[in-house]
Amino acid sequence: MSERSELTGGQSFLELKDLRIHFPTDDGVVKSVDGLSFGLERGKTLGIVGESGSGKSVTSLGVLGLHKGTRAKISGEIWLDGEELVSATPEHVRALRGKKMAMIFQDPLSAMHPYYTVGAQIIEAYRIHHKVTKAVARKHAIDMLGRVGIPQPDRRVDSYPHEFSGGMRQRAMIAMALSCDPELLIADEPTTALDVTVQAQILDLMRDLQEEFNSALIIITHDLGVVAELADDILVMYGGKCIEYGSAEDIFERPEHPYSWGLLGSMPRLDRERTERLMPIKGTPPSLINVPDGCAFHPRCAFEGRTEGRARTQVPELLETEGGHLVRCHMTREERRGIWENEIKPNLESA
Amino acid sequence: MMRKTTLGVTALGAVLALGLSACGGGGAASPSQSGAAPAGGDGAKAEFNAALTQVYNPSDKKGGIMKFANAGDWDSLDPADTYYGYSWNFVRLYGRALVMFKPAPGKESSELVPDLAENLGTPSDSAKTWTYKLRAGVKFEDGTPITSKDVKYGVLRSLDKEVFPDGYTYFNDTLDLPKDYKGPYKSKGVNTDKAIETPDDQTIVFHLKQSYSGFDYFAQLPATIPVPEAKDTGAKYKEHIISSGPYKFDKNEIGKGFNLVRNDQWDQATDPNRKALPDGYEVSTNVNADDIDNRLLSGDLHVDIAGTGAQPATLGRVLTDPALKANTDNPTITRLWYTSINGNVKPLDNLECRKAVEYAADKVAYQTAYGGEFSGGQIATSLLPPGIPGHADINPYPAGADNHGDVTKAKEALTACGQPNGFETNIAYRAERPKEKATAEALQQSLGKVGIKLTLKPFPQADYFALYAGKPGYAKDNKLGLAINGWGADWPDGYGFLQQIVDSRVIRDTGGSSNISVRDPEVDKLIDQASLETDTAKREPIWAQIDQKVMDDAYVLPGLWAKSLLIRGKGVTNVYVSDATGMYDYLNMGLQ
Amino acid sequence: MVTYIIRRLIWGVFMLAIVSVITFAIFFLVPRLAGATSESLATRYVGRTASAEQVKIAAEKLGFNDPLVVQYGRFAKGIVAGADYDYGPGVERCPAPCFGYSFLTRLPVWPDLLNRLPVTISLALGAAVIWLVAGVATGVVSALRRGSFFDRAAMSIALAGVSLPIFFTGIVSLVVFSYGRPLAFAAPGGSFTPFFDNPAMWAYSLILPWITLAFLYAAGYARLTRSGMLETMNEDYIRTARAKGLTERVVVFKHGLRGALTPILTIFGLDLGLLMGGAVLTESTFSLPGIGKYAIDAIVNQDLPKVMGVTLVAAFFVVVANLVVDLLYAVVDPRVRLT
Repeated sequence: MSERSELTGGQSFLELKDLRIHFPTDDGVVKSVDGLSFGLERGKTLGIVGESGSGKSVTSLGVLGLHKGTRAKISGEIWLDGEELVSATPEHVRALRGKKMAMIFQDPLSAMHPYYTVGAQIIEAYRIHHKVTKAVARKHAIDMLGRVGIPQPDRRVDSYPHEFSGGMRQRAMIAMALSCDPELLIADEPTTALDVTVQAQILDLMRDLQEEFNSALIIITHDLGVVAELADDILVMYGGKCIEYGSAEDIFERPEHPYSWGLLGSMPRLDRERTERLMPIKGTPPSLINVPDGCAFHPRCAFEGRTEGRARTQVPELLETEGGHLVRCHMTREERRGIWENEIKPNLESA
Repeated sequence: MMRKTTLGVTALGAVLALGLSACGGGGAASPSQSGAAPAGGDGAKAEFNAALTQVYNPSDKKGGIMKFANAGDWDSLDPADTYYGYSWNFVRLYGRALVMFKPAPGKESSELVPDLAENLGTPSDSAKTWTYKLRAGVKFEDGTPITSKDVKYGVLRSLDKEVFPDGYTYFNDTLDLPKDYKGPYKSKGVNTDKAIETPDDQTIVFHLKQSYSGFDYFAQLPATIPVPEAKDTGAKYKEHIISSGPYKFDKNEIGKGFNLVRNDQWDQATDPNRKALPDGYEVSTNVNADDIDNRLLSGDLHVDIAGTGAQPATLGRVLTDPALKANTDNPTITRLWYTSINGNVKPLDNLECRKAVEYAADKVAYQTAYGGEFSGGQIATSLLPPGIPGHADINPYPAGADNHGDVTKAKEALTACGQPNGFETNIAYRAERPKEKATAEALQQSLGKVGIKLTLKPFPQADYFALYAGKPGYAKDNKLGLAINGWGADWPDGYGFLQQIVDSRVIRDTGGSSNISVRDPEVDKLIDQASLETDTAKREPIWAQIDQKVMDDAYVLPGLWAKSLLIRGKGVTNVYVSDATGMYDYLNMGLQ
Repeated sequence: MVTYIIRRLIWGVFMLAIVSVITFAIFFLVPRLAGATSESLATRYVGRTASAEQVKIAAEKLGFNDPLVVQYGRFAKGIVAGADYDYGPGVERCPAPCFGYSFLTRLPVWPDLLNRLPVTISLALGAAVIWLVAGVATGVVSALRRGSFFDRAAMSIALAGVSLPIFFTGIVSLVVFSYGRPLAFAAPGGSFTPFFDNPAMWAYSLILPWITLAFLYAAGYARLTRSGMLETMNEDYIRTARAKGLTERVVVFKHGLRGALTPILTIFGLDLGLLMGGAVLTESTFSLPGIGKYAIDAIVNQDLPKVMGVTLVAAFFVVVANLVVDLLYAVVDPRVRLT
């Protein structure tokens, strides 16, 4: 896949191979993740982008093993630092959770327990993996709170989540996730619930911390702006599948999938003026139970007509277009590049 | 519904019992199994009504704690303030009145015998003065000798109806008291020798306003139980009663229960009536009535103290199980359920029309309305219940061969009355009493067969006698020809039973009397005659005479002599029903 | 916080006053409106065959001839300042809080109430422990194994528990487990032993009432816990707890149950407060001489001072329980502020 994975004998620090997570329901099987593969190295950041319901959050919970013991059917492989997690025991994965891999959730107000102090929740996370006294853990918690930029951490450690502002709460959440020096950090919409100014601070913080801890970071978001700030690589998900994968530069400068174009078109930018210039993607995300035949995106695709009908019947394959840049589309590389250069890019830049 | 539930549950219990014995053998016999064996000891055969006329399971064995339970509560444990039959029965364990009913089964129990006194009262001044001599050597529980002054004080304090509102007014009404005397609390220092004299510590003399031959019955009232003035605390005395009997109070929590333990100051030598067998008594009050029955049957409890019989739920179960029924007694008590026939309402002013009512009434339906033979009562053919001395079996108006009413005789009487097609009148009853409503309906039906049309008139029970059926003017104006009624005697004596319901002089225009129909000067004369007769043997036949006369007048339609179904506690000795109370005699019971 | 409590206490006293006025009105005003006279009221409190004069004396003594306001004022004054009574050779002082003298026994009501409180407290606390443990445990297991055989069986039993009346379950339990039956392990009714007399007998005499009463409540608590757990176990913070690598036991009990318990705690406090005022049916069925049985006997006998006393004690417990629950709520849920 990526060059680096070739170098390490096909095995990155984190490596997903054909991961499928299906949920049987009364209405049918929900194929939330349907054959996802990617790799990620320490110190690198992967952005997973997609609309709600595209399967990105399910993927992250799947990596953490949080679907184990539920009704979800999981197949494929998840390799973390040479260990396969799909077939590992729940108890083994639990022991890794929080220590080797940690997660930052979207809404820290609901994601933190309202009845326990922030400190207590960090201490708990730390002590589950480290046999230390409460006093030591508390000192560590204060230290962590300080490192994520919370003022007067020795006082704030005893505050409850609701006594924090949104940004502070997210910092505390990050402190909790980082308390055991995880080597893999997954941030699920880390800034969505925050003010724009605070968003920037949190993103800065995460970048700094990632450099400091040298961990692998997955940022899950529907907001391309966020990944633009942080990501080395970007994976665009649609209908439980990866539809485009590449370096941040690939995706922003040379996107080849019509859906990616749509995402870029609907991205608000400070350098653009009025919102009427936004080009939202028409239609709604697909049902994960009755995924459209052929290309899952075809009902919403403006260029579906250029595939001679194949988009309606055949599922396109994820193919390399150039230098690790993968695209899942029936159109030829030339067609796609032509459309991007001639039809989409000028439009985006015209403003 | 309740009954069904209990039966179902019983069946469940039995199934469980069977299951257990099938698995592990009969280690622990269930009570229903052991209930089949005679509960009595030597010579006692468990039989229905075995304790009615003889002592069941006689024994002199001492020891054990007897457990009593009461579904309600005493009006008061204070001898001055209690008016329940069971209380008068029980009070003798901790108090000695001058006189008591003989502790013996059946008819014998209607005899009076001296208790604290050496002899029954000696009348003088044509029964206006009664003198009693106290036994020597009787002491209170604290060792103080009991004197006639303590008896006098006990009677005097009972006169204070403000402090002791639950009691009777026999002494207030008959003693020759100073004017406006209100008892020792309010009339402090008033000389009462005019009413009660205590010439010496052993003698007490009562002076009555009028002659009364039956004063010994008053002398058996709990009010003559001695009370030491120094220990009297008024209304609170009931919490710390000073015993003069064989048992004294240990722990007493009004409303919950109390314990009696032996009174070491009581001397068997001074007391020919009491055996004092158990070592003590444990009494709980305000206990769930169904719970009491179940515990009696299981042997956890010895006596249901209220003595009014088993609950409906238990009744069905006990009567259908021969083993259980064998441990019950079904005494007739001195209570009459009857219907007054008001001669003030036309055409019932005519004797023949009243007779028509007597003949037409369906007595079996009357019995059914009150719950049948076992808990309702036996069909009454006159007023005086069998348990009252002087009772004679008479049946002036046979209600046909099957007791369902004699239509032919009734129609003859109607013709004689000049109302051959019958007439219309009203029947009053107490709205709160379903049994009286059922009776009124039964009479409506049976009298209807001969053309007597009854209209049902329910009235609130609180004012039944004061404002409605018992108020002559109201009853006449509203044509209350019939009124459902009931009466029980305070003790088995013709005067006590009859006087309030047949003496026309108790009827007042202002209402409130129990007699609402009997107006016969000859009956009044007979009552006066009896109340002057101090010779019991001559007095008792007069009651039968009165009974016959009232029946001849047809002023009363007798319905039932009430009965109750009593459950004999397991392992209890000396069980017998006393006619004096209509319940088991609590004085000499013991445990085997 | 302190001002909050003081404010609530003042409000509580006010509530008690209102309760007393209403109770008083129901007992005195309503019969009067229906035409009862002082005498007809007094007939209930004298012997079975009392003379008209006796009734008159009683009516005067019980104060029925005074205007209702005066009667209520006398009652209220007794509670605040005590009162004097002369039911005997001398004048008796009934110290505050004097709930008056029973119309029937002519004895002060307050000592009765104090005397019966231990029974009711024993019953309520014992049953509360059982139902809380049993109900919550059942609810948690049911929630974690939703749809399992255990869940369905437990919820069916719980439905029976909340539906069956005490006088049914109580009698069934007595018939099966007492009265000398083969399975008997408990005392029959009416055999309360104070804890400090003999703790073993205390428990023996209360075990059936506890279970019966607890059954009724446990059922409700099981359902409540189950639905609460189902809700909290879907909360984001449970996912967070799992993501931290906590064991499932810690996730369920420390994070899940803690969230689900808050509403249960509220209801528990109020239930307990209500029960302190007497478990009427249980105490009647098992003949336990507690506040509830006292209340029933008082109502049946229309003994107003007792009814007033019992109502006020019950209302007091409800007011206190409400206050305690609100205070506790602030302790349990840090987001709650008392103002």
